[in-house]
Amino acid sequence: MRKIHLPIGAAALTCTVLATRPVMAAEAISLDTGDTSFILICSALVLLMTPGLAMFYGGMVQSKNILSILMQCLAAMALVSVQWIFIGYTLAFGPDHVTLIGGLDFIGFNNIGVEALSPEVPIPHLAFAGFQLMFAVITAALITGAFAERMRFSVFVIFVLLWTTLVYDPLAHWVWGGGWLSKLGIMDFAGGTVVHISSGVSGLVAALMLGKRCGRTTEAIRPHNMPLTVLGAGLLWFGWFGFNAGSALSANGVAALAFLVTNTCAAAGALSWVAAEWLHHGKPTVFGAVSGAVAGLVAITPAAGFVSPLSAIVMGLVAGPLCYLAVSKIKDRFGYDDALDAFGIHGVGGTWGAVATGIFSSQAVNPAAMDGLLAGRPEQVLVQITGVIFTYVFAALLTYLILRLIGQFTLLRVSREEEEAGLDVSLHGEDGYSYADMNREGNAAAI
Amino acid sequence: MKKIEAIIRPGKLEELKAVLNQMEVRGMTVYKVMGRGLQKNVRQYYRGQEVSVDLFPKVKVEVICRDHWQERIVTAIMETCRTGAIGDGKIFIYPVEEIIRISSAERGDAAL
Repeated sequence: MRKIHLPIGAAALTCTVLATRPVMAAEAISLDTGDTSFILICSALVLLMTPGLAMFYGGMVQSKNILSILMQCLAAMALVSVQWIFIGYTLAFGPDHVTLIGGLDFIGFNNIGVEALSPEVPIPHLAFAGFQLMFAVITAALITGAFAERMRFSVFVIFVLLWTTLVYDPLAHWVWGGGWLSKLGIMDFAGGTVVHISSGVSGLVAALMLGKRCGRTTEAIRPHNMPLTVLGAGLLWFGWFGFNAGSALSANGVAALAFLVTNTCAAAGALSWVAAEWLHHGKPTVFGAVSGAVAGLVAITPAAGFVSPLSAIVMGLVAGPLCYLAVSKIKDRFGYDDALDAFGIHGVGGTWGAVATGIFSSQAVNPAAMDGLLAGRPEQVLVQITGVIFTYVFAALLTYLILRLIGQFTLLRVSREEEEAGLDVSLHGEDGYSYADMNREGNAAAI
Repeated sequence: MKKIEAIIRPGKLEELKAVLNQMEVRGMTVYKVMGRGLQKNVRQYYRGQEVSVDLFPKVKVEVICRDHWQERIVTAIMETCRTGAIGDGKIFIYPVEEIIRISSAERGDAAL
């Protein structure tokens, strides 16, 4: 369970003025080296998901826009990593203020040291803060899938900074930092609401505000490099073990449970998506297999520490066809251009996962969990749905306001000419693939 | 002299090359091309989104020969590349006015 008890209570706060090493009480707690090494490794695994996502998304765009999507993911890594030190961590995990936002005690990573976080979480506070950072990074990167191939890079930079500060950080506080959603009893093990619903819904709003890509009205746009997408999906699946198992914050049985159900749900998602597509169009596609796996990974995220492997199979079997329906039929019906299906997979899969957590959660598999519908507590489903609705409204509203604000000062979208030439050349001045340079080819042949 | 331009299925190229080689027809220029003729569109689905593929990958082989070789080469191409199905391709034949080998400046038949 990610809910944490920070060592800095009201009492400790008073000594921040007195000493540079304020966490006096924590100094007595000895670090658990096993947990510490586990969390450090999981942090690295979660970080790897963002370049993995870049490959996953990169394969899906047109070849002229490959660098633009890689650059957006890299920019999310760099920008959020710096933002987190200055303000992000403290807003999300600083001492709670009226259950809405973290206080500024950790601004600039002040007061965050090598001492243990708390008796319950005997890892360095730095390790915890670093682990949380990786989640903030990938959440920002996930949104890029919705507005791929048309947003100006300068706008993207400002958007990521504002979005992470105004949407991700408060939401992480509400669910994990002791805020009102956690007090309401919402269960989100590793980020179904905080990471997937928030990024998916924000992406949908951004895609609607930016409009469709050139040429999208007349035809679907084909992915340019499917092997790259499969590579990216593999890295995501791999990194997701750090994401979900690491969210146990300890190398313990709950981590093992999260690890196992993560793999199981990804597998069931891949199987069910491919089966649905096979029945629907007659061919099992590779794109469907990797999309289904990611849909399964998304769905299990909020539930990972709370459900049994058999429940994970059911969750994955639903997630595949549900997300397939979202990206094929629902997207067509409403006509929005969620280019790489950030909403269709992360929004829809995350919503299913959040609700399913309330259905399948069981104290029998994890005594720290709360029972869900199938264990006789239907009210947990309502709590989950409440959390989902508030996340939708909050993420959508704030994303709208942020983009409207940026739109007051500059255009959000590249010009038609820039879009046709490709964002790689027009925004970054580089080619992703320098094909057939005729001189060089000729020289090689002359040898 | 003639230029024989054959648009064929990519999978037939190696076989055709071998057959022409046996006939001691060595020179050729090969292009990867995209094109369409009678072949119907193929539908592909990416995450359930339909994409209609209406240009197909083909290979274009160009061979220059003396006039009396023309039919022998055409026969070889027909025998090698024909499956009888739509999509086998086409052969175009053009007159060639002059050939010049750049390295030696030879012209006409000598340059072949």
